[in-house]
Amino acid sequence: MWRFVVGRLLQAIPVILAVITVTFFLVRIAPGGPFDSEKAVIPEVKAALEAQYRLDLPLGQQYLAYLGDLAQGELGPSFKYPGRSVNELIAAGLPATAELGAYALLVAVVLGGLAGVVASLKPNSAQDYIPMSVAMIGICMPTFLLGPLLVLLFGIHLEWLPVAGWGDIPGDKILPSLTLGAAYAAYIARLSRAGMLEVMSQDYIRTARAKGLPEWQVVTRHALRGGLIPVVAFLGPAFAGLLAGSFVVETIFQIPGLGRFYVQAAFNRDYTMILGTTVFLSTLIVLFNLLSDILAAWLNPRLRAQYGEA
Amino acid sequence: MPLLSVRDLQVDFTTRNGRVTAVNRIGFDVEAGKITAIIGESGSGKSVACYSLLGLLPVPPASIESGSALFDGRDLLQLSERELRQIRGRDIAMIFQDPMTCLNPYMTVGNQLMEPLLYHRKVTRQQARARALELLAEVGLRDPESTIDQYPHQFSGGMRQRVMIAMALINEPKLLIADEPTTALDVTIQAQILGLIAELQRKRDIGVIFISHDLSVVADIADEIVVMEKGHVVERGDRQAIFEAAEHPYTQKLLAAIPAGSKAPGEVPRDDLIQVRNLCTWFSQGRGAEPLRAVDDVSFTIQRGEVLGLVGESGSGKSTIGRSLLRLVPVTRGEVLFDGTDVTSLQGTALKQMRRRMQMIFQDPYASLNPRMSVYDTLAEPLLLHGIESRKTVEQGVLRLMDDVGLARAFVRKYPHEFSGGQRQRIAIGRALATRPEFVVADEPVSALDVTIQAQILELMLELGREYGLTMLFVSHDLAVVRHIADRILVLYKGRVVEQGTGDALFNSPREEYTRQLLQAIPGRGLL
Repeated sequence: MWRFVVGRLLQAIPVILAVITVTFFLVRIAPGGPFDSEKAVIPEVKAALEAQYRLDLPLGQQYLAYLGDLAQGELGPSFKYPGRSVNELIAAGLPATAELGAYALLVAVVLGGLAGVVASLKPNSAQDYIPMSVAMIGICMPTFLLGPLLVLLFGIHLEWLPVAGWGDIPGDKILPSLTLGAAYAAYIARLSRAGMLEVMSQDYIRTARAKGLPEWQVVTRHALRGGLIPVVAFLGPAFAGLLAGSFVVETIFQIPGLGRFYVQAAFNRDYTMILGTTVFLSTLIVLFNLLSDILAAWLNPRLRAQYGEA
Repeated sequence: MPLLSVRDLQVDFTTRNGRVTAVNRIGFDVEAGKITAIIGESGSGKSVACYSLLGLLPVPPASIESGSALFDGRDLLQLSERELRQIRGRDIAMIFQDPMTCLNPYMTVGNQLMEPLLYHRKVTRQQARARALELLAEVGLRDPESTIDQYPHQFSGGMRQRVMIAMALINEPKLLIADEPTTALDVTIQAQILGLIAELQRKRDIGVIFISHDLSVVADIADEIVVMEKGHVVERGDRQAIFEAAEHPYTQKLLAAIPAGSKAPGEVPRDDLIQVRNLCTWFSQGRGAEPLRAVDDVSFTIQRGEVLGLVGESGSGKSTIGRSLLRLVPVTRGEVLFDGTDVTSLQGTALKQMRRRMQMIFQDPYASLNPRMSVYDTLAEPLLLHGIESRKTVEQGVLRLMDDVGLARAFVRKYPHEFSGGQRQRIAIGRALATRPEFVVADEPVSALDVTIQAQILELMLELGREYGLTMLFVSHDLAVVRHIADRILVLYKGRVVEQGTGDALFNSPREEYTRQLLQAIPGRGLL
């Protein structure tokens, strides 16, 4: 098992290095720079600033210097927030984003899993068609449409929930979590339905019924585990999608998370900030993919044995 | 009074093509302390009848139209799902056909085994575990203490079937329904499992329903036999009456289908088409580990026009030999001379040309045919690929092949799922013969088929062998089947040839202990 984990972590290094390299040069290719603005800056001031942030060095040297800093865990100073480092800014934005992501994942797994399992128990009936149709709509509807619609309905029309904010008014975390989690709930619903249908047609389900177990025990004890393995394997990619989606949701609901820093950094050509968040998020995504793979393998005794030996 | 008394049972299925009566007003009795066998081909309704008694059929599409099934003074067909559940797994238990798929791969064997006990009786987990250990020992598992917490994939097929039996018996049921419990197993394992079921039944004095397509399987253990055909019970009687004085033509057909006797001796010896010298096929088992010696230093020859039988259990290396000859697996060492050419070193075009002369028929006609290709596509592909027919003449070629393997020409545009197992195997044989090969490897071509179909396919292969002048390597775990078709037989054990000779020689005077075991394992050998 450990060899498998360590091997996967080693594989992640070139992946993250490639992400850094591509991002580093891409942001430089983009027109404009961090100190360009409507007001002309005095050339001497601009030169001094560029020298301070090492922007006067040749690109190759800048790249190597950045890698050197990164190796020590330093993401560098932010260009747009003078006096604050990217590490500090990420630390400031992370809690809100992490919380939002966790709730959204919870929404996705609980709602999606439940809908999928319920639908699979009576295929091709109303119990199947209704949740699956809703799921289809969920997949088709983009977050930037769903968010405002939910706000309109629950925030403005019914006045049940706050329309924006994060942790200020009770209940203000519900709408953002729902908005972000909805699409993934829909995917998970379809995955778990397919997984459960497959498992419920297996011979060992018939064996369980022949033992006299009531149907709910057949489902919970014998079918769920096998049926939900595809969902577990999907959690890693889902987490990546949630992070990407959180930028939109944070903007809609005015949440002080990482996403807004990231988007603003891109507009401002805040090179270190863009790079820093990208490196941080890609590392997280790699870790979560690994985690969901390990979990899926652990749920399957056959794979567990294989990795155990390897 | 019988333990179970079924009367007037009718089960219908609603299908896309209308209603089908799967079980048509049948009746039979099962006595306590006796084994009642229900025999019939696939689709005869034998399994459906038993599943319907326990409410294990999906409703819809199934519906029980009429009948009664008195068990212990109660009519099973009138019970509510709740009441029936109390009986399932406690008073009536089941064993299924395929032990590979019937155990839950995500649960330890012990947890699955204890489940019926914990659900139906008031026992603690410790008590249940102790009982499970006792039963595992009783069904012949070595070292239950250490295997009880393992997962099904760590067990062989025979061991899993023993676990299934233990699971069925853990509540000491009054009736055991065994649905083709040995069909997916090798002959030697089958003999062990049959012996075990009979022994446990005698010891507990319970009633058993034994469902099978093969009369010979129940020849040694059944007390009563019920023969079903197309939803009807066509004949009933005790074992002796059925085997010695069967009246119904269908029963007689089933009896005739049991492979018996050996092939008439061939003509004068001809030259060797295939010479295998010191063949070794080893598989790597990862770094540092000893390689698996699937085939270890095997030498033999096959004469032109001869059918050579290769017999052994799972893991004996018999399939690997067949694959090695066709270069479907890499050969580790040794020579395979085909008509004087060593095929182990052929590459590219030479290999492709050689492949045209050698073909393979696989075991499972369900898995080996591409479900998205019609019969026409399947048969036309090799004809065109090897340039045997041109685009203009390919249709005629396909139809000729269909005639040869006994498929109606009208089926030419149909897809594999529209055919029965026997028909599919005919398609597979047609595909193998399309290139007009000189040599065919048939890897367990009949072991997935019902006995009656098996007999037809064996007949077809013998006939085509003569017609095409084929040389054949016939691989099977079943000595009786091989004897029926092969001129000469090699017995294989753990990758090595332990004995060879004509079928009669092996049957009448086996020299090796292992061959004797294989002979002992043939079901109903008294009939042969």
